[in-house]
Amino acid sequence: MTSDPTARRTWVWLCAASLVLAAAVVLGVMIGPAGTISSSNWNIIWHVRMPRVALAAVVGAMLSLAGASYQGVFRNPLVDPYLLGAAGGAGLGATIVISFGRTATSGWLVDPLPLAAFLGAIAAVTVTYLAGAAFGGMRSSTTLVLAGVAVASLTAAIQAFVLQRSSDGVVRAVYNWLLGSLVNATWNEVTLVLPYVVVSAAVLLAHRRHLDVLRVGDDEALTLGLNVRRVRIVIVAAATVGTAAVVSVSGLITFVGIVVPHAVRMVSGGSYRRVLPLSLAAGAAFLILADIPGRMLQNPAETPIGVVTAFCGAPFFIVLLRTRRSTV
Amino acid sequence: MSDLPFTDLEFTDLTVQYGERTAVHPLSLGVPAGGWLCLIGPNGAGKSSLLRSLCGLVPHGGTARIGGTETAAMSSRQRARSVAYVPQAPVLPADMTVFDYVLLGRSPFIGYFGAASAHDRMIVRDILARLDLAAFSDRRLDSLSGGESQRLVLSRAIAQGAPVLLLDEPTSALDIGHQQQALELVDRMRTECGLTVVSAMHDLTLAGLYADRLALLHEGRLVAEGSPAQVLRPEILSEFYGVSVRVHYDDDGTVVVVPNRRAR
Repeated sequence: MTSDPTARRTWVWLCAASLVLAAAVVLGVMIGPAGTISSSNWNIIWHVRMPRVALAAVVGAMLSLAGASYQGVFRNPLVDPYLLGAAGGAGLGATIVISFGRTATSGWLVDPLPLAAFLGAIAAVTVTYLAGAAFGGMRSSTTLVLAGVAVASLTAAIQAFVLQRSSDGVVRAVYNWLLGSLVNATWNEVTLVLPYVVVSAAVLLAHRRHLDVLRVGDDEALTLGLNVRRVRIVIVAAATVGTAAVVSVSGLITFVGIVVPHAVRMVSGGSYRRVLPLSLAAGAAFLILADIPGRMLQNPAETPIGVVTAFCGAPFFIVLLRTRRSTV
Repeated sequence: MSDLPFTDLEFTDLTVQYGERTAVHPLSLGVPAGGWLCLIGPNGAGKSSLLRSLCGLVPHGGTARIGGTETAAMSSRQRARSVAYVPQAPVLPADMTVFDYVLLGRSPFIGYFGAASAHDRMIVRDILARLDLAAFSDRRLDSLSGGESQRLVLSRAIAQGAPVLLLDEPTSALDIGHQQQALELVDRMRTECGLTVVSAMHDLTLAGLYADRLALLHEGRLVAEGSPAQVLRPEILSEFYGVSVRVHYDDDGTVVVVPNRRAR
């Protein structure tokens, strides 16, 4: 293993990414509206900043890993983990709870909002998958992507209908949720999503070699002995469960799933044996850092993290398109 | 890898159907172990469909046997160890390295959660050396020329260690020098590694030069089969290609097909 130069380079990159992640964690814990670490007390560190940093790390890691996996499975660099309707489904689930259920469920022991978002995302992707399988026979992933577009439009239409009949306060609450936020992060949210993320990440990482085989296309991968259909279902399912879990607690944080895997590809090359683990580490670091301006810019108000990631992500993306030499 | 047992290939009443359209009508053919069969015929004759059905890319009726084992009974991994396929236009991911690309050929031997072993890497290094690609090992695929790419794709197919090699138009994108180089290489690998080769080709002279049997397909039916001299006859070619050609039969067995220019 160590005699292999590719594996050795991978370890070097992983160590570098871990260092960046460690630095991001330290920064994330030190900086906040209540001042740097010396002037704030342990309560703020442990109950406010640490869970927030932990949740940012988990969400960032998951979205980046899922994004890289989706890009590999669909052999399309512009794909993100929301491609098959996960975002639309989660958004619709959240909208329905916020519009109809907020007062009725205020006394509930468990907040139904994350659950509705999670189930909405899973349901939307399942519908996409069944529709794609019914019409495309799964021979081509294009059918699946088109089915995803249709499902996303459908959920958007229902959401618009519901919102149009809602009060301004509800619209504002839904809008805030859609932009994504880590404001309400507690250790509860972290422990709620962590099991899903761990399982999903383990499955995706175990398939990184298969994603490399898929880079030569479905047909050639098949002649190389890969069960393309099964591998695609497993990867999409794992990435979707992980994405749905983090979206349910953080809302729709955009661009992480596209930008991070691409940045990783640009520095380390396109092999998924490297892109997947590096995206995991880099995604965690990126979202921790992206969360810092959110708490400081409009202090004491919060800037939604989705605004920050898109604000950093969009220009980066344009630069990427100009200089892109990496392919999926 | 030169100790592969020579394996024969045989199909009986093989058919390929795309919805309502029949691409290959019941067709029976055999290729002896270590032989080279070349499929010829006009565009749309069913050559590619036949090749694609043999490696499991399209479903087929009838039976195909490799070394006596029916391919329908094989798992995709087993099949990948028996048949290697070089498509007409292989996908070459731009930033993949030559070594990693050829290593893909070892996939059918790597367990589901496994990684390439030292043995797999040794095989890849050996093949790269034998195909004069050792110096390119760390190069990106987008830095290779057309001829180098063709050698690379062939290397990956050989890394599969499969006794049967299917080539779909292996030389259509190459100049005459690289065409010769590529086909010489296939021929060398055929004897060195004990491969049975089935190729689809448009250049009739080259087909006759390298293959020991030719099979002429027309609208999904086998219309002529035999040695190059038996199949490459002006009357056969004019009937199925609709062309007027002259055919020269050299003393060494070479058959040269030259199209006639229409009278002005």
